[in-house]
Amino acid sequence: MTPRTLHAATDALAELAAEVGGVDAGAVVAIGGCTQFDVGGDVDASAREVRAPTGIVEHVPAEMTVRVRAGTTVSDLDAALDAHGQCVALPANDGATVGGVLAVGHSGIRRLGWGPVRDTVLEVRYVSAEGALVKGGGPTVKNVSGYDLPRLMVGSLGTLGIIGEVVLRTRPVPACERWFAGETDPFELVHRLYRPAAVLWDGTTTWLLLDGHPADVDAQATVAGLAEAEAGPSAAAALAHRWSMKPSELASLPSDGNGAFLAQVGVGVVHRSVPQSRPPVDPAVAELHTRLKQAFDPTGRLAPGRTVLP
Amino acid sequence: MGTVDAATTAATAATAATIALVSDLRAALSHDRVRAEPLELELYAHDASIVEGGSTPVVCFPLTTAEVQSCVRLARAHGRPFTARGAGTGLAGGAVPLGDPVVVVTTKMNRILDVDSDERVAWVEPGVVNLDLSRSLAPLGLHFAPDPSSQQACSIGGNVANNSGGPHCLAYGVTSAHVLAVEVVLPDASVVTLGGLDPEPCGYDLRGVFVGSEGTLGIATRIAVRLTPDPPALRTLLLDFSSMEDAASCVSAIIGAGLVPAALEMMAGDMIDAVEAFVHAGYPVDAAAVLLCEVDGLPAFVDGAVELVRTIAGEHRARTVRVAADEAERQLLWKGRKSAFGAVARIAPDYYLHDTVVPRTRLVEVLKRVDEIAAARGLRVLNVFHAGDGNLHPLLSFDAREPGVLEQVHAAGDEIVMASLDAGGVLSGEHGIGIEKRELMSRMFSADDLDAQARLRDAFDPDGVANPGKVLPAGSRCGELPRIPEGLWV
Repeated sequence: MTPRTLHAATDALAELAAEVGGVDAGAVVAIGGCTQFDVGGDVDASAREVRAPTGIVEHVPAEMTVRVRAGTTVSDLDAALDAHGQCVALPANDGATVGGVLAVGHSGIRRLGWGPVRDTVLEVRYVSAEGALVKGGGPTVKNVSGYDLPRLMVGSLGTLGIIGEVVLRTRPVPACERWFAGETDPFELVHRLYRPAAVLWDGTTTWLLLDGHPADVDAQATVAGLAEAEAGPSAAAALAHRWSMKPSELASLPSDGNGAFLAQVGVGVVHRSVPQSRPPVDPAVAELHTRLKQAFDPTGRLAPGRTVLP
Repeated sequence: MGTVDAATTAATAATAATIALVSDLRAALSHDRVRAEPLELELYAHDASIVEGGSTPVVCFPLTTAEVQSCVRLARAHGRPFTARGAGTGLAGGAVPLGDPVVVVTTKMNRILDVDSDERVAWVEPGVVNLDLSRSLAPLGLHFAPDPSSQQACSIGGNVANNSGGPHCLAYGVTSAHVLAVEVVLPDASVVTLGGLDPEPCGYDLRGVFVGSEGTLGIATRIAVRLTPDPPALRTLLLDFSSMEDAASCVSAIIGAGLVPAALEMMAGDMIDAVEAFVHAGYPVDAAAVLLCEVDGLPAFVDGAVELVRTIAGEHRARTVRVAADEAERQLLWKGRKSAFGAVARIAPDYYLHDTVVPRTRLVEVLKRVDEIAAARGLRVLNVFHAGDGNLHPLLSFDAREPGVLEQVHAAGDEIVMASLDAGGVLSGEHGIGIEKRELMSRMFSADDLDAQARLRDAFDPDGVANPGKVLPAGSRCGELPRIPEGLWV
């Protein structure tokens, strides 16, 4: 990074910090692309909206990392990285920002192959409830210096800090990517193949996404015995609710009386039309959440009204 | 009362307090699993680092979560902190007892509780040895991906505490990516499960926060680890170079070509000689540097990757590229890498192993700087490290009997850390902060950064009783007086 771009990056974050302000500056909520803004419930109408800055600060292809401001959309980021044959393992829903995707923490349909979004984040710079710029983690692909604040921020729904800039791990764009579909047993399939990118199932049809070397994709497709498909299933968009289940529990979905579903086999994320009823949270775990919120946002000014526990 | 009498009275009171503590712990556990003999206490005052030892009045070996709870509860009832310890292979002083804590050793909690090969999850106790877990999984075609060099001895609990890495973390990620849930005894002696076997457990990622917290948030008593399928194809290459610069730029070029090998390790100069003399793996002793590169995955990818590595190696003036012909040869090449620290014992009686990370494109300049730092202080430096992720392990060999040499070693260590930070790196890649790098935290983090970390710690441990004196320098919490446990040296 040249001194000039570093300076510009610092300025952009300082502006975000100034906009968030200190504890007397009232309630604030970070706005990204609003593709998942309802997760965690409604934020008080009194909260002032703030937006993280945009732009890629630094991408050194040979590092396979990218420093990006949180307001950048994932699709813009991927487009820039694609010129170097790289991408990030974040779902790129239309308009979704890097900061928004991380604050919500939900992975995309490629989680089986890509892993959870939390493993993509190396460093986070956020604005605290006091209006201070705080850094957690570090810019290298490996780092155990201090507590893992990046993972605390992922999935915290903007209730502990407002993400301004992150360093993400990038991945090579796969040489080849193909969808397949058929009526095979998805649970057996996920074990028969070596690290497929996605196995999806709606109770009748199984969809398979393979990526990698074209010859490997051909060979795995032969093993799978499914027909090539134009694309994956489109049902997920119509199923607004997201369930989180142990992968082994998915077999019970067709008979559980909760209607249509699209399940990520081997992962446990299920898209449904009705919300999941989850068991009550252990009071001791809830107490830890209360203490963390109290420690990071003592006046409750960050995304008031939003809850991270059901 | 005279001074001598007062001192005697205080010592008697301290002894009585210790006797009461030991007695209560023995009643809760058993006589033989609560040790207070001076020789044993001295053993458990250290870990594998050269960090100065601490002290403890009692060492406990619980067998169950309930017994760990008893240890924590009784430590607190007697006004003491507690320090968890696994196999004691840590290199940053993380398990060195500070503030006269009750030491809770988890090595006897060493059962693999459940292996679910469909779900690809195993529940294990913290004392299970890393390599024992992967060995027991081998018939299922699965393994636990983190493979620290100490994997024959280190425990999964210790891996969780330190977020441990290893050569194969380049492609597979460090421990945090392989832990789904942890049962933890919190500092108030309650038991919680953080994380879960479902992909998106509710709430904050407390599991992620706990992994790598070096025993300062509680004690892990059961761990759900993700199991990784063995790759269908695997090739191991040894690349040999006449300059370290060529080897390092070859590393950058491999990553830059979009290939992330399963492992990409470098060994340089004198270290190659030492290892070859020790293991006879056929390493080229006249090489300035060798790279051990492993690629795995599906067969066509692996074949393509081998050819790509060959091409790039040629472009970077590799003298030879040796591809292991069979599993025996592959094991031999790896034996060389994994025996490196044993081999050093042939060169000097003592060594100090460092651990920093730099951007992988800056390996060459930092390695040169490390050589300069060592030379300026009259120390010998050996290099064997995880080149693919920029994780340096410069090893300073010395003879501790030489007067003043330890001061030189520590000073060189601090300079190496600063050189790494100056190059855009971080304090530690896999050994952790512990005591060793506690005072260096402020070189990487601002007061606001450290304050946020201290708040996180305080949320779990408001009284500061879980492994005190580690990770964060005193006074990290802004606007508060540092809380220093009695008897703690800082």
